[in-house]
Amino acid sequence: MEFDDRTPIYTQIMDLIRRQIASGELKAGQQLPSVRDLAQQVLVNPNTVQKAYIELEREGYVATQRGTGTFVCGDAGSVEELRRRLAGEAVHSYVTQMRSLGYGGEEMAAMVLAAAGEEQ
Amino acid sequence: MSTVVQLNDLTKRYIMTTALSDVTLDVSEGHIVGLLGPNGSGKTTLMKILAALVSPTSGSVLIDGLVPGVATRAIVSFLPDVNHLDRWMTVAEAGDFYADFYRDFDRKRFQELLNIMGLSMRQKIGSLSRGMVEKARLCLVFGRRARLYILDEPFGGLDPLARGQVLEALVANFRTDCSMILSTQMVSDVERFFDDVIFLNKGCVVLAGVAENLRTERGTSIEGIYREVYGHVEAR
Repeated sequence: MEFDDRTPIYTQIMDLIRRQIASGELKAGQQLPSVRDLAQQVLVNPNTVQKAYIELEREGYVATQRGTGTFVCGDAGSVEELRRRLAGEAVHSYVTQMRSLGYGGEEMAAMVLAAAGEEQ
Repeated sequence: MSTVVQLNDLTKRYIMTTALSDVTLDVSEGHIVGLLGPNGSGKTTLMKILAALVSPTSGSVLIDGLVPGVATRAIVSFLPDVNHLDRWMTVAEAGDFYADFYRDFDRKRFQELLNIMGLSMRQKIGSLSRGMVEKARLCLVFGRRARLYILDEPFGGLDPLARGQVLEALVANFRTDCSMILSTQMVSDVERFFDDVIFLNKGCVVLAGVAENLRTERGTSIEGIYREVYGHVEAR
């Protein structure tokens, strides 16, 4: 995985896992890889992965069971809420960029619809 | 969390130069520390003091509460910046050599590391390429279950692929009951492995801190900070 070294690595790992939860790639009750396995997979310091897991646990996305591992928590409602939040962030960043290029709301909407149509 | 290394006002003077002056810092258990700085900033001297190969002029050094000497050599695994293996030896013989010297040398682990690095016991040190010697040396150093690993430029002679293998071995073998200090010029390749970083210049600590906090505070990578720190120093 490619990281941007200009921002903390643990927050990037948190984003990655949150995204996988929102998309359903990681489901409630599913076990996350062990700290060491994930550190080896993405080639970062194990303490950094540990920190990401602790922060995700504080936010309530995962829970660590002593001795067995870290699991995804959450019901469908909170997953949907997370999904909406991430979508909101994506929309916000799109709108900001398009505004700076001088596009108005209707033009943006038309372009989004056209692009989404093309991909189908 | 306990402290593995404690340095207090550490100074090393040679006849004409001061290699280290008033270095004070701690290394916590379970941390990987990047020791950064341009050539001649004192990194190797600091590492040699921790390896009990050079004695300080003043100040104190404690490793697990012990003054560097015979006792600390038993718990410190040091990778010097030059090849320390005899050319006539095979990889297996170098392993025997380590097993004789160090009680914490684990032959099984050594074999596993050789497998990861794609080396075999029968190869002769003299017949290996520079990169392969580097890998063999790392297998020996990581083959020990040490309390403190000190690696002076462990990525020196390695191509990007081999660097990846070494980093993988490093993560696979890192334990929470040891610490590691490593110096490197390949900051961007290795910065994701640092818990803490120490920037040395002309023997002084010019900046030290937790890598993730420094990224947040300065809004840039450790390599970016390196450029800021030493660009500024050079401009003066």
